[in-house]
Amino acid sequence: MEILPILSTLRRHKITAFLVIIEIALTCAIVCNAVFIINQRLDRMAMQSGIDEHRLLHIAVADIGASQDKKAHMQEDLAALRQVPGVTDVASVNQVPFGNSSWNSGIKLDPKQRISTLNATNYYGENIAQTLGTQLIAGRHLQDTDYMDMDDVMRAAAAKDAKAIPHAVVITQKLAERLWPGQPPLGKQLYLADYPITVVGVVKELVRPSILDDSARSYSMILPIRMAVGEYIIRVASPNDRDRVLAAAVAKLKQINPHRVVLKKHVMDDMRHDFFRNDRAMAGLLVGVCVALLVVTALGIVGLGSFWVAQRRRQIGVRRALGATRRNILHYFQTENFVLATIGIALGMVLAYAINLLLMTHYELPRLPAIYFPVGALALWVIGQLAVLGPAMRAAAVPPVVATRSV
Amino acid sequence: MFGYYLDLAIRSLRRNRVLTALMVVAIAAGIGASMTTLTVMHLLSGDPVPTRSNTLFYPQVDPDTSLTEHGEPADVMDYHSAVDLWRSHRADRETLVATAGAKLRAIDVRQPSLMIRVLATTADFFPMFDVPFQYGGGWQAADDESRARVAVISAQLNDKLFGGANSVGRSVRVRGSEVRIVGVLRPWRPSPQFYEVAGGRFSSGNTAGYYARPEDVMLPFFTGVEVAGDTFDVFNCWRVPDNFMHLPESPCSWVAMWVQLGSPAKVSGYARFLAGYAVQQKRLGRFTHADNTRLRGLMQWLDYNRVVPSDVRLQAWLAFAFLAVCLFNTIGLLLAKFLRRSGEIGVRRALGASRRAVFAQCLVEAGLIGLLGGMGGWLLTLLGLWLVRRQPAAYADLVHLDPLMFLTTFALAIAASLLAGLLPAFRASRVAPGLQLKTL
Repeated sequence: MEILPILSTLRRHKITAFLVIIEIALTCAIVCNAVFIINQRLDRMAMQSGIDEHRLLHIAVADIGASQDKKAHMQEDLAALRQVPGVTDVASVNQVPFGNSSWNSGIKLDPKQRISTLNATNYYGENIAQTLGTQLIAGRHLQDTDYMDMDDVMRAAAAKDAKAIPHAVVITQKLAERLWPGQPPLGKQLYLADYPITVVGVVKELVRPSILDDSARSYSMILPIRMAVGEYIIRVASPNDRDRVLAAAVAKLKQINPHRVVLKKHVMDDMRHDFFRNDRAMAGLLVGVCVALLVVTALGIVGLGSFWVAQRRRQIGVRRALGATRRNILHYFQTENFVLATIGIALGMVLAYAINLLLMTHYELPRLPAIYFPVGALALWVIGQLAVLGPAMRAAAVPPVVATRSV
Repeated sequence: MFGYYLDLAIRSLRRNRVLTALMVVAIAAGIGASMTTLTVMHLLSGDPVPTRSNTLFYPQVDPDTSLTEHGEPADVMDYHSAVDLWRSHRADRETLVATAGAKLRAIDVRQPSLMIRVLATTADFFPMFDVPFQYGGGWQAADDESRARVAVISAQLNDKLFGGANSVGRSVRVRGSEVRIVGVLRPWRPSPQFYEVAGGRFSSGNTAGYYARPEDVMLPFFTGVEVAGDTFDVFNCWRVPDNFMHLPESPCSWVAMWVQLGSPAKVSGYARFLAGYAVQQKRLGRFTHADNTRLRGLMQWLDYNRVVPSDVRLQAWLAFAFLAVCLFNTIGLLLAKFLRRSGEIGVRRALGASRRAVFAQCLVEAGLIGLLGGMGGWLLTLLGLWLVRRQPAAYADLVHLDPLMFLTTFALAIAASLLAGLLPAFRASRVAPGLQLKTL
């Protein structure tokens, strides 16, 4: 196919050609970035939590009692929950994954450091790792002898009594790699509020309850502290049974104290679903915008293509009369669209890159992977060809006899 | 003349219905998307106290005594500093704000206990922020210090507990303590819930929570401290507290303060007072970073916290980019349409129509498309807002199309289509009549 005649034609229709190019470029740039954001959100939604989600329940009750008998109430609750048929583990904790709370501490590797190395979340509660079903990959779980009561720890911290502060901690693999890259973490010491604590175990994964920074989502520690704030997690034997167990567990807690308010009761799968609802809404919206953009662009190409075909009816007739086949005419318009789309896509790539740079500075988005460029280009080429097919076929159908009319 | 152009425009639009429909749909889609996001932005970035936001200020001091490097002072104050400043009475009006969760039971009403949010504040809160009352009113200034067992409740809680009747004089139990209702608010929904906005710089743009409803129960500040005890929401502790159960003495920040200052002189006076207070506290050994004080205005404070969620801002950018694509599309189609009528335009020009007249005629046609697109855009905006309302965000129930945004929809649609029509109309007005007549 000859490209030069097409280029010389386009030079005579600068404005229209320019408009098609701009439209394709903008669409290409926006769709590339939008699809990238959609993928980011989908990745986030598929995030590994490191816990046995399908078999976990969470119940939160308010006002467990005056501080002196909190612990007794908690133990009574836990004993009652353990008796519910279908329950395998229970724990009283300070927070749960996907629960949107944030108990955080700054970790120092050297007590003389002025600024913490990083900030990690703290999970407390006896039996918490076993109940959550986190996978231990090195060392040991926290033991009964490691555990201390929260009130005692607070009192010890006030009195600066390092002996009554927990000595052992279990951390996630990602946190270990960040703190001591390439070194075995077991036996290493970290400092929380100037108190040294030894790493005794490493779990494969355990996400934070609220994730503000995706890169820090796995920075979690489990500390041997007993907690009585009315947050319970329950692990069931079979996922099919969990709704029944949840109802039975709530009934059991109500039976112990009918006046208590149940703040939250849900299965972990629902918590996860709720946790990512904003991401889901945003991804849905972006998909809608992408589809709308592509449709508008395609319709624009159809409209302008039709206009061009109508405008050049007589020239097409002349070409046909001079021996061009229908196929030649069809190819002419297809090639023309291909040329315009290619220029538009090239411009669009530059624009996509610029938009990505802007998003990187303002929305903390990572760099657009290179794979988006060829895929985006291909998509727009295909859409352009599909959109121009109708007008091009109409052009090919122009009979040569048109050339003889009103010349 | 306008009537004649309009008639011509309608005829022209009717002649090629597919092309007309394409342009109208493109404008409508672009307008629908951008007005939906613009309306959300408008509602979220508005002034929550339009009558006096320029007189409201947010003082900050830096009570953090840790050795770590200090940037901005803590977003809220410790109890000691906040109460000191409040008791100095240096502003026209001033109020303390702290929030807690608590269990509530109505007395003589057979209803299960509720978990509610409690706001501990001072008497000036209500006049200072223009809070509307349905029954009764706020408490007296003396009630704060005397720890009076009184409360103001929200319209929503009043509906739930008392079926919307005047409940002034009745009592509820908050965390076991009985308080007497002295006022019931009218439905009040400031956007954002400005008086407790804090910590925006740590939220990575997930700030939808700033648009939550105000608390259901408001108690005099010191009554609240007594009743809600250690359940207050703590912003930060700069070292491990000696006694977690006693917040007033803790090294933690959890009390915010607002002041009303009627003139620029008063503002600079208060800023000096604040700096002086910090210096004095340093001398007393309580502060280490005395020069780190701030006095931001309400809107400045909201900007500093970047209250509009980043997702909402991103959506607005996206929608306007979409509108741009729709506009380029419309420009192309209009150009095609007008130039196709070159012959007709040539005849008009030959018969004496000026370039101006042809230009005006083309713009009227573009404007008409804008009007039609605006109507479609308005319907799509209503649909878009309905979708936003179904989202799980805290601001979902705030979202509606106010008259200003309704008018903006049409203004934007017509402006956009006129803008799109400029170039095609200019080109059409440059058509050389001789050439066109020859080829007719």
